[in-house]
Amino acid sequence: MVKFDIKDLNIWFGSIHALKQVSMGIQANEILSVIGPSNSGKTTFLRILNRLNDLNQNFKMSGVIKLEQEDIKNINTELLRKRVGMVFALPLPLPLSIFDNVAYGVRMHGTKNKKVLGEIVEESLKEAYLWEEVKDRLNESAFKLSGGQQQRLCIARTLAVEPEVILFDEPCSGLDPISTAKVEDAMVKLKQKYTIVLVTNNVKQAARVGDRTTFFLNGELIELDKTDKIFTAPGDKRTDGYIRGKFG
Amino acid sequence: MKNPYRTQKIAFFLLFLATLLIVVPVGLIVVIIIQKGLPAINWQFLSDIPRQGMRAGGIFPAIVGTIYLVIGAIIFALPIGLLAAIYLSEYSKDNILTRLIKLAIVNLAGVPSVVYGLFGLALFVVFFKFGASILSGSLTLGIMILPVIITTSREALESVPYSFREVSLSLGASKWQTIRHIVLPNAIPGILTGTILGLGRAAGETAPILFTVAAFYLPRLPSSIFDQAMALPYHLYVISTQVPNVDEKIRYGTAFVLLALVLFMNLVAIIIRYKFRKKKKW
Repeated sequence: MVKFDIKDLNIWFGSIHALKQVSMGIQANEILSVIGPSNSGKTTFLRILNRLNDLNQNFKMSGVIKLEQEDIKNINTELLRKRVGMVFALPLPLPLSIFDNVAYGVRMHGTKNKKVLGEIVEESLKEAYLWEEVKDRLNESAFKLSGGQQQRLCIARTLAVEPEVILFDEPCSGLDPISTAKVEDAMVKLKQKYTIVLVTNNVKQAARVGDRTTFFLNGELIELDKTDKIFTAPGDKRTDGYIRGKFG
Repeated sequence: MKNPYRTQKIAFFLLFLATLLIVVPVGLIVVIIIQKGLPAINWQFLSDIPRQGMRAGGIFPAIVGTIYLVIGAIIFALPIGLLAAIYLSEYSKDNILTRLIKLAIVNLAGVPSVVYGLFGLALFVVFFKFGASILSGSLTLGIMILPVIITTSREALESVPYSFREVSLSLGASKWQTIRHIVLPNAIPGILTGTILGLGRAAGETAPILFTVAAFYLPRLPSSIFDQAMALPYHLYVISTQVPNVDEKIRYGTAFVLLALVLFMNLVAIIIRYKFRKKKKW
């Protein structure tokens, strides 16, 4: 099943043409890795899917993005962002307790019942492999957690609102190898329930977890194929050059 | 030949001297007023009405009047100032109109207080027919401290990291929910600090209340917001320049009470800020 269907997408920030004629489909329950050098439009691409780019005053776009056949422009923004969650590059806990961080989105969507909230928080933390580490200190500030724990907390917080798609924006860029492995484990298990789009600067990470991989360069989609294919026999010389570390 | 070590010493000395020159007058003012004013302070001085043409008795009506005015000013200025600050920092787009509004606010802060007094006289006392009353005085003082409240509140709101907003929005919270649950709670210390600094200024100004509320002599407490009232700064002006043969003790005592009131408010601001800063988690 196609989750996102993107046609002729162009994005501008003022006079900068950030994405050029991008068309692609994102399958349900896959991990799609997006790789490319910095300034290639990866993050811009990610942030269009939950319309976070709209916050920029100079943002303009053309083309159509459909989430399950519905143009995302016609979906209420809050509802779209509930369905398409996001985990940011740096661990960004809100200045609240661990519990309140996870419960935040759920509360904003109207759930007030404490018992229900407690269950959702526990379940989300378990899904993000953090429950065992924090179950006795849910009321502590989220800032007391380590970087890796904070990032898993952010994943739990995103899961709590029951999204369909999760966007990961370089989720491991600030983490040590062990924390990275934990986050990657979580992602691989999560794809059974969710569709995942992973933007990463780490080519090896894309190879490890991605079902399919797409390569962006200067705002253009160069190639999109099965991860094995991209890493063994890429169709474009530039893709080959990038994954071998020749530029970027 | 230049000796870098000596140059350094001279520079340090000059910088230190400049800093000292700021502290000394402040310290002297406080010391002199405490020294000359403290002997006047007793229960009767604080709780009695002025007697014998203000040459004896207490200053109770002036204390009460000042407190009423300050409360009135804040009831008016805080909600409007805060809402305007939220609009300017969260909603307004960066265009000519917004820049004009911001420029106007900065300029409003620089308007001499006596101009506010005349403005209050024309608008509230005469045009709205509130007369010389606590209402007119509070509104005038409120307008005077609006720029302080808007500017400090806007700074406090803008100092909340942008990433918190993005996170909140990315979870599907609406813009208002984000402001209400993430931005505002983290901006409260700054907003309170600005508010209390505004209060301190409202308590100490004479010119804005001169034509709008202040009674030369009113040996009873005001009974409604349409009543005139005495106020500490104006009372101090009156007994220092308008009434002959007032004991120096009474003048400095009044100054002491006014100073104590303003310092107390600033102290409250500092304590609130400190408490919130300890709770701050990023």
